[in-house]
Amino acid sequence: MSDAHDNGKFLVGIFDDDDVVLQAVKEVKKAGVRIHEVYSPFPIHGLDVALGHPRTRLGIAAFLFGLSGTLTALALTFYTEGFDWPMIVGGKDSYSPIVYVPVIFELTVLFCALGMVGTFLVSNGLGPTVKPLMYDLRTTDNKFAMAIDLSKNNIGEGDIEQILKKSGAAEVNVKQF
Amino acid sequence: MASAHAIPSLDEEFEFTAESKRRIMISLGVGVALVAIGAYLLASGAGSHETHVAAHGAGGHEAHEGAHHAYKWTNRLWANVWLNAIYFTGASVIGMFFMSYNYLAQAGWSVAFKRIPEAMPAYLPFMGVVVLAVFFIAGHDLFHWTHPGLYDKASPEFDPIINGKKGFLNTPFYLTRIILYFALWYGLWRMLRNFSLQEDLYGGTDYYEKSIKFGTAFLLVFGVTSSTSAWDFVMSIDTHWFSTMFGWYTLASWHVTGLAIITLTVVTLREQGYLKWVNESHLHDLGKFMFAFTIFWTYVWFAQFMLIYYANLPEETIYYRERFSGYGGIYKAPFLVNLLLCFVFPFLILMTRDAKRTNIILKLAAWCIIVGHYFDFYNNIMPGTVGEHGGFGPLEFGMILIFASGFVWSLYSQLSKANLIPKNHPMLEETLHHDI
Repeated sequence: MSDAHDNGKFLVGIFDDDDVVLQAVKEVKKAGVRIHEVYSPFPIHGLDVALGHPRTRLGIAAFLFGLSGTLTALALTFYTEGFDWPMIVGGKDSYSPIVYVPVIFELTVLFCALGMVGTFLVSNGLGPTVKPLMYDLRTTDNKFAMAIDLSKNNIGEGDIEQILKKSGAAEVNVKQF
Repeated sequence: MASAHAIPSLDEEFEFTAESKRRIMISLGVGVALVAIGAYLLASGAGSHETHVAAHGAGGHEAHEGAHHAYKWTNRLWANVWLNAIYFTGASVIGMFFMSYNYLAQAGWSVAFKRIPEAMPAYLPFMGVVVLAVFFIAGHDLFHWTHPGLYDKASPEFDPIINGKKGFLNTPFYLTRIILYFALWYGLWRMLRNFSLQEDLYGGTDYYEKSIKFGTAFLLVFGVTSSTSAWDFVMSIDTHWFSTMFGWYTLASWHVTGLAIITLTVVTLREQGYLKWVNESHLHDLGKFMFAFTIFWTYVWFAQFMLIYYANLPEETIYYRERFSGYGGIYKAPFLVNLLLCFVFPFLILMTRDAKRTNIILKLAAWCIIVGHYFDFYNNIMPGTVGEHGGFGPLEFGMILIFASGFVWSLYSQLSKANLIPKNHPMLEETLHHDI
């Protein structure tokens, strides 16, 4: 997950192997360097733990989107059947909530799903006209990139480069956004 | 990380200690005593009202509604035996079901605690005997469809609807089916168990390949028999009523109960110092399994309820009417407790990732599911067999204790017969390094 407002100067270590990059994360962190993010063509097991990411807030977002769907469905069914145009169907009261459980369920799922697609686009800075930030195009193929924000580290650029090389980076590039 | 886990020794025998034997015997004794007390209370006429104020007053023992046979207090006793036998038949056979689909999927993660589901079906023959015995002794009192007058046009009891079901609901075919279920389930389990034990001795992948074949055969058998046995054991009690979802519904109930028993056993054994190779990831997956099938049961429950509610056909709604407000409302509490324990509570407490990795929460959820699904079968069996004479007293509680003691005894003695980890299983490495 990259931030939409990545800017400034980054040092990008390129790795050839997922095991190496996972080990490198631990070594680099141990050397006191703050890692901005690691990019990989596929999910690496245990990487989130090694990077020390805080607990994701996606669950809260999903819950709120779902809740908005539930409330919409309740409001819709109550307004139409209970208030605006009451009808007796199948011998029930004109508004009997159990009948609308499928509607409520489906709108909850729909709102949650669409909301999460939106969340994905926003949090990854994606959109029809937005040019995505790429630290290295090869991370979509077979390379692993570790990005280090120079403005957030007190260690000198040369030293960080040495640390990256030592921990197994095949090459270290500078990326300016 | 996974590679850093120290793998303990793979030779670990479960010891069925004299202490646990003693405890099981005590709970069995308490169960027998409670059943005796409950039976005495019922026989002396106080029994059917001890837990509730029944709306029908003291006249409850009169024969009611001409078509029904006179109520005897033993009906409630046999209904209880039947209820527990069906519940524990399900809990046992799910061990085999779990093993089979894990073999078919060539799953590796579950190998670490495979011996536990493998030990569960050993209880099946006992349950088979109990089921047959109850049918012979009290089948006439529990199953309305066994009355010959229903099929005799000259009889005042003649019932054209039940007569139409004669091809399926007749005693010879019924008995054949019941014997077939237990024979097939137990026989196929015996095969898988033997392969598993021989694999421990000789190794190689032959036993694994054979287990996949026989596991698949079991799944084919169970695909049909899980539905038909649900009709036979439970749905045929309310002979007029039927639901096309009932097979699924009972399977869902049995399955989640079985998963809860597996989880509870794994967690308990780990706390006793066994199964040290089972890590948090295994527990997490078991928690996910319980969570998922809690929702699956609720989905089937609701789908069945909802269609009947929506369609509003009298012959279908009567089923829920009896349970929700019939018989003086005595089944309303179990009906609601069932939903609370089987859905609301486990759904909420198992939701987060951390909860599924915490022993105490897994145990709590498992106990909820195990108790909740007892009430599931209680709701499905009791109103049709004892109606207004039902209740929850010493008889019910004692009967649960008797059957549960037997189940735990059977489980522990099977566990003690083999190494606690199948040490030559081809998927062993995968399960030891399971990490999610």
